[in-house]
Amino acid sequence: MFPVLSSLIFLPLLGALAILFLPREREDLSRPCALITTGTVLAVSAALIFGFDRTAPGMQFAERSLWIPQLNVWYFLGVDGISIGLVFLTALLGFLACLASNEIRDRLKEYYVLYLLLMAGMLGTFLALDLVLFYVFWEVVLIPMYFLIGIWGGPRKEYAAIKFFLYTLAGSVVMLVGILIAYFTTKPHTFNMLELAAAASNGAFDPQLQMWLFLAFYLAFAIKIPVFPFHTWLPDAHVEAPTPISVLLAGVLLKMGGYGIFRICLPIFPQGSASFATAFAVLGVINIVYGAGVAMAQSDFKKMIAYSSVSHMGFVMLGFASMNSIGFNGALLEMFNHGIITGAMFLLVGVLYKRAHTREMDKFGGLSAQTPLYAFFLTICSLASLGLPGLSGFVGEFLSLMGAYQGFPVITALSLFGLIVTAGYFLFMIQRVLLGPLNPDCRYYKDVSPLETLTLAPLVIIFVVVGFWPALVLDLQKPTLGMLLSLLGVTS
Amino acid sequence: MVNVAHLIPLFPFLAFLINIAFGGKLKNACGPVSVAASAISFVLALFVYQGFRSGGGSYSLGTWLSLGDTPLNFGVMVDGLSIMMLLVVTFIGTLIQIYSIGYMQGDPRFSRYFAYISLFMASMLGLVIADNFVMLYIFWEGVGLCSYLLISFWFEKPAAARAGLKAFVTTRIGDTGLFLGILLLFFTTKTLSFHDLQQISEGHGTVLAIVAVLVFIGAAGKSAQFPLHVWLPDAMEGPTPVSALIHAATMVAAGVYLVARTYPLFLVDPFALQTVAVIGGISALLAASIATVNNDIKRVLAYSTVSQLGLMMLGLGVGGYAAGTFHLMTHAFFKALLFLCAGSVIHAVHTQDIWKMGGLFSKMRVTATTFLIGTLAIAGVPPLAGFWSKDEILSAAYQNGHTVLFGVAVLTSFLTAFYMSRLIFVVLFGKPRSNLHPHESPATMTVPLMILAVFAALVGFVGSPLAHHAFQGFVGGGESSAASQANGGMMILSTVISLAGIGLAYLIYILNVNVLPAGMLSRLNGLHQLLLNKYYIDEIYDAFLVQPFLGLCRISYKIDLGVVDDLVNGVARFVAALSEFLRPMQTGLVQNYLLVQIVGLIILILTLGKLCFRY
Repeated sequence: MFPVLSSLIFLPLLGALAILFLPREREDLSRPCALITTGTVLAVSAALIFGFDRTAPGMQFAERSLWIPQLNVWYFLGVDGISIGLVFLTALLGFLACLASNEIRDRLKEYYVLYLLLMAGMLGTFLALDLVLFYVFWEVVLIPMYFLIGIWGGPRKEYAAIKFFLYTLAGSVVMLVGILIAYFTTKPHTFNMLELAAAASNGAFDPQLQMWLFLAFYLAFAIKIPVFPFHTWLPDAHVEAPTPISVLLAGVLLKMGGYGIFRICLPIFPQGSASFATAFAVLGVINIVYGAGVAMAQSDFKKMIAYSSVSHMGFVMLGFASMNSIGFNGALLEMFNHGIITGAMFLLVGVLYKRAHTREMDKFGGLSAQTPLYAFFLTICSLASLGLPGLSGFVGEFLSLMGAYQGFPVITALSLFGLIVTAGYFLFMIQRVLLGPLNPDCRYYKDVSPLETLTLAPLVIIFVVVGFWPALVLDLQKPTLGMLLSLLGVTS
Repeated sequence: MVNVAHLIPLFPFLAFLINIAFGGKLKNACGPVSVAASAISFVLALFVYQGFRSGGGSYSLGTWLSLGDTPLNFGVMVDGLSIMMLLVVTFIGTLIQIYSIGYMQGDPRFSRYFAYISLFMASMLGLVIADNFVMLYIFWEGVGLCSYLLISFWFEKPAAARAGLKAFVTTRIGDTGLFLGILLLFFTTKTLSFHDLQQISEGHGTVLAIVAVLVFIGAAGKSAQFPLHVWLPDAMEGPTPVSALIHAATMVAAGVYLVARTYPLFLVDPFALQTVAVIGGISALLAASIATVNNDIKRVLAYSTVSQLGLMMLGLGVGGYAAGTFHLMTHAFFKALLFLCAGSVIHAVHTQDIWKMGGLFSKMRVTATTFLIGTLAIAGVPPLAGFWSKDEILSAAYQNGHTVLFGVAVLTSFLTAFYMSRLIFVVLFGKPRSNLHPHESPATMTVPLMILAVFAALVGFVGSPLAHHAFQGFVGGGESSAASQANGGMMILSTVISLAGIGLAYLIYILNVNVLPAGMLSRLNGLHQLLLNKYYIDEIYDAFLVQPFLGLCRISYKIDLGVVDDLVNGVARFVAALSEFLRPMQTGLVQNYLLVQIVGLIILILTLGKLCFRY
């Protein structure tokens, strides 16, 4: 059988290699090269969804070969209902952000090599089923991201890049310790996530150990999600990163944390996870309300969106806390939706920044009249982000809240306050940027270009279609989540 | 023919798609596209009515989403209440869209206007046929969105932009109540379908009363009830036909519709109904009193809407299910008419200040005549529509023993007759107060006025004793038998009240009689100021809720930078300081390293020796 999953990882690496060997004077070819590569990856991932069996809960398209025999480390890839949506999301945003990379003007070769390396790392993280392989990809993501922010970023790029790097590294070191303890506790020693989960259900880890292991992994994931109080790297990284990198940062990197909880924490340390359900819920509501409140106080457009991500990730935490089918489906769907919607949001911030070279919202005003198509995109994306029914953001939040309500009625009620504030800051942003009399400084702004439309339109179409017909995504993830819940001892 | 009901929202939605996609090419044809879609929906609604009479009912189109084991259906609700709403919304909506073609002529965003209006129609009709809470909530937010878009339609005006935001956020506060109610209901009863409400209302006890109150919070937001009423007067920044359709006849009535739709929940515990009645009563009186002094033609009508919606809530709350819904229906006609008349006046004189108008009657005969009919209808003069429905509410309050609320309703009726008469006496009669050049509006505007005027005058008969309360029987409701006896005393009382209100306004604004002695007038000045400033509710909200909250947000951000982030950087600084502290160990002098080595070696030998000797 054709190794579909490997091709998803190795295509970007091949592309990166090709660009590396381009002569310096033909540097301009690196963009088309990268576009072809990411385009192919997107096509493969679309084919993957097409060939994916929606009724099977287990791993599909699995590839397995021994990598380091002495340590029982395998090159083990697979895709199931938890990862399929995120793989597609990564491929889609990878392609669209590549299209939007036309704003990058210097050191093209290095940029696209690093960009494709990042793609390979992200896809690998979502596909790896061996903890060592997972850890390798997890760290592979870090390095290109560090350079992409540190070289092509804004004025405080070095600070933001180092902060991002060290913060995430600190988390992953603890995770590495967790991986090793898990490895040595099981007999025979294994890094295989599926075998670990099976061993766990046979009582390989006693509850006390489960809690510690859970915490070790959770710290790494919480920093990535990011969960309060580990979130402060995010606004800095976002504000300094160039637009396409912000898109990937918010759209894909933040999902790696939630994915890790789904893939590792819940199935391998079920009792550990369950004992932290209340903590999840409390942190979730803090993320939602605190994130929204701080977003309300922003005058920088990009920083506002960054804090809105903190707020939205709170709904994912709430979904985890629910420990039931409705909430898990909500959390996973919310992750997908957030990637699509916030990805579009960062593209829109970039569109404006390209014209104005500022992100201060008060420097705009009345753009609805000057750039109607931009106004349309910004309005509909804001509505999606604030959870308007009919658009996909609503369904994820609705299910997360619905799921969490059963166990945590008061906390859920408090998070509803976040919904009001979210409506407030998004509409206040629209009021400042789009409405009112046209700011004279904005007289010469051009409306979104065809290329920019091409990057935005697919995302809008997806969140509208999924909003109307959420089963499209939910059907993909439901059987796998059902199996996960039975591991946790919850029936449907 | 009941099974075409789901197509009713579809046609306006298609019109929305056409107008938003091809608006630039269609230009002036956008108006007719929207009108045609709306008219088709009206015809379909008639078919559904016919089908329902011959025994049809609700049906389902399939599953949208499943919540654990509970499927959420695309269900279509077909009963007396939803058919009444379908007919009212499509009929009035069509007329208002025809009117809009004239009113919005020449606006640079003509096509956008009709796209939004069609989207509104689709959402509103979807809301009416939804057969479960989630579907209703989706369309509920949809109409809220259209309201937001249309309030800030003329977005260049900062006031319009602000008003849109205020409307959306204020109603969303109510919506979270509704949302919470939905969650609580689902986890108590495992169902969200409206069909099951009757059945589940037995055997769950007071939890359902809490659900009912939460649902009512949502209804209060949408129907602009105290304390969430503040957005509706500001919403008058939108184009006037929008005010007529969305902010008078249909969307704001959705809250009343919701309470009626979920009425079995409210019947579980008297506390829930009591809440509805009291909030309705407060809103009715509060808004009516503000309307008596306001000087903006549209805002008087906006406060009047809040007041009338309060009256409907009061009707529902005192147990008058049919009375409340009946008033919803008649109000839709006469309030739409009044707003369109006001629009016609504004179109002619380009001001909204009533004290700049005057003597318009002879210049705008159609508008003025229909305005007069609308006023008499809302004032409750028999035999116009408002008389019959208001009478039902008064009777319901009286018969069910709610003395205080009955008094509130009577006082509200009196004030309504007074402020509406004041409005038309100042606007239509007397001498022109400024140099305006009024002219009658085009036929696209006056024809809908005339049609609506006929309905505002006559539609009340369907629920009158003369028609044996046919309306009440159609929408259902337990109390129709009790109220169906014509109450002669009540009719006389309500007629006297409205004539008194009109008479008082006549004395003051036509005859210019100083009704009160001068000394008393000056003492009433404080009250007058209080009313003019709308009880300072906006100011209180701003000072005690909005500003403190924004301050809290800014403080949170400061904490985020100064504490949370600083701790992170503190860790980094600590590590840096630690390495700074340890750095001198690397002196680069071989002697030092040798010394450390030898000392280390001695310690090692000693330790090892000790270990060896022990064993």
